[in-house]
Amino acid sequence: MKPLLDVSNLSKTYGAVRACDRISFSLYPGQILGIIGESGSGKSTLLSAIARQIPADSGKVTYHSPKNGTGEPLDIFSISESERRQLMRNEWGFVRQHARDGLRMKVTAGANIGERLMDTGHRHYGNIRTEAKRWLEQVEIPTNRMDDLPGTFSGGMQQRLQLARVLVTQPRLVLMDEPTGGLDVSVQARLLDLMRQLVRSLNLSVILVTHDIGVIRLLAHRLLVMNCGEVVEQGLTDQVLDDPHHSYTQSLISATLVP
Amino acid sequence: MSDQTYLLERLPVFSPSHKPLPDEALLCARDLYKGFTLHNQGGIHFPVLEGVSLIVKPGDCVALEGASGSGKSTFMRSLYANYRVDSGEIWIKHRGQWKDIATAQAHELIDIRCYSLGYVSQFLRVIPRVSAVDVAAEPLMDTGVEPTVAKDKVRSLFSRLNLPERLWSISPTTFSGGEKQRVNIARAFAVNYPVLLLDEPTSALDADNRSVVVQLIKEKKQQGCALIGIFHDQSVRKQVCNQSLTFALHD
Repeated sequence: MKPLLDVSNLSKTYGAVRACDRISFSLYPGQILGIIGESGSGKSTLLSAIARQIPADSGKVTYHSPKNGTGEPLDIFSISESERRQLMRNEWGFVRQHARDGLRMKVTAGANIGERLMDTGHRHYGNIRTEAKRWLEQVEIPTNRMDDLPGTFSGGMQQRLQLARVLVTQPRLVLMDEPTGGLDVSVQARLLDLMRQLVRSLNLSVILVTHDIGVIRLLAHRLLVMNCGEVVEQGLTDQVLDDPHHSYTQSLISATLVP
Repeated sequence: MSDQTYLLERLPVFSPSHKPLPDEALLCARDLYKGFTLHNQGGIHFPVLEGVSLIVKPGDCVALEGASGSGKSTFMRSLYANYRVDSGEIWIKHRGQWKDIATAQAHELIDIRCYSLGYVSQFLRVIPRVSAVDVAAEPLMDTGVEPTVAKDKVRSLFSRLNLPERLWSISPTTFSGGEKQRVNIARAFAVNYPVLLLDEPTSALDADNRSVVVQLIKEKKQQGCALIGIFHDQSVRKQVCNQSLTFALHD
């Protein structure tokens, strides 16, 4: 099996602070890679740097596009900005911690989904509307809310709408930054179950940043533990959670009520 | 298959210790060492496994024995790569080739666990909102079996294990210990793993269901599966095991 994404020696500093210190890993198709660590450990910076939303200081990110079979892998840091945007539209998706940052609040729920389809070349209004409706059903939002603004939705609904907006174009790689942060436990469970199903049925690869160990246990195949910008430990999720080797991981897990 | 991979498969396999692996075996653990270091409790280190080895062949059922705290569970979890050994080799025949679990990469372990190595843990990890049938059919579906076929197989195991039919379509979150254990058994027994690990598979079951599990284990052995388990129930152990590996308590 060939990796979908290779991250090698990625570093990013803010002044004297090392947010990401020589981070390396490979992500394989159909896998969810979890990244845990406390606030300020560099998790979100890593995610943004991979997508080149902030410039990294050094390192390399290589993407092996499945749509580009035998073609050259893409060096994310050296492609043009328009190529990068196209990639983000067609093959990558970014789920933000705050749904408001990932949604367009001034257009309807249906338009939030339809817009991504139009970006990727869909033009037939009827088809787009049908597809938008199908995705609202997928994420369990009543379809009679299709023409409402996202601002009228609850936090959990907004987060599910964001998921629909990202997944409608069938991306291969999805970056998620605390997708369940700030949601009620019951809403969280629903979102997690939904994510599990979609990852399976669409064979998605996901990088999931969170500080919730329960979420990681349920969703992630593999796990990286970050502390002060460094990956201090990595392995299969159950290995790292059941047999933590690094002192930081041990204290993180022993601080969790139900690991 | 290219000529090159053909050649690779034809070469005799030697482990890093340069001892050849027995051809007829399915799993071969050599000289396992495993200890735990608690960094947040003064860096205390305690060794648990000190040079444990085991070879299992098709049709074998090995009982891990010894007092609690002697390392049975640690050994079994190490075989599953749930715990990472400090040194030693754990060779498993995976897709026709020997793979060392102790040094395999995460994505290789995922593949090994999917096709070659099953594990019945004592506790079912339930997923909110996912039905018992779906939870139990998941590993079989992961191997590429059609959902309808996988679910039928799980339903037939559920009925053999006397799990009431009204429970099949609801989430096991509210199930009793014995009900959860039977879901867990169906989950692992639905797949034809060449090697299957069992952690007290009958601990929460009544006599009738214990004998169903004994029957299921015997069928696995007949199919050429190798099983390694912890069985606290002596009569179960006597009926299914042909080998034992005894762990001594540390001083």
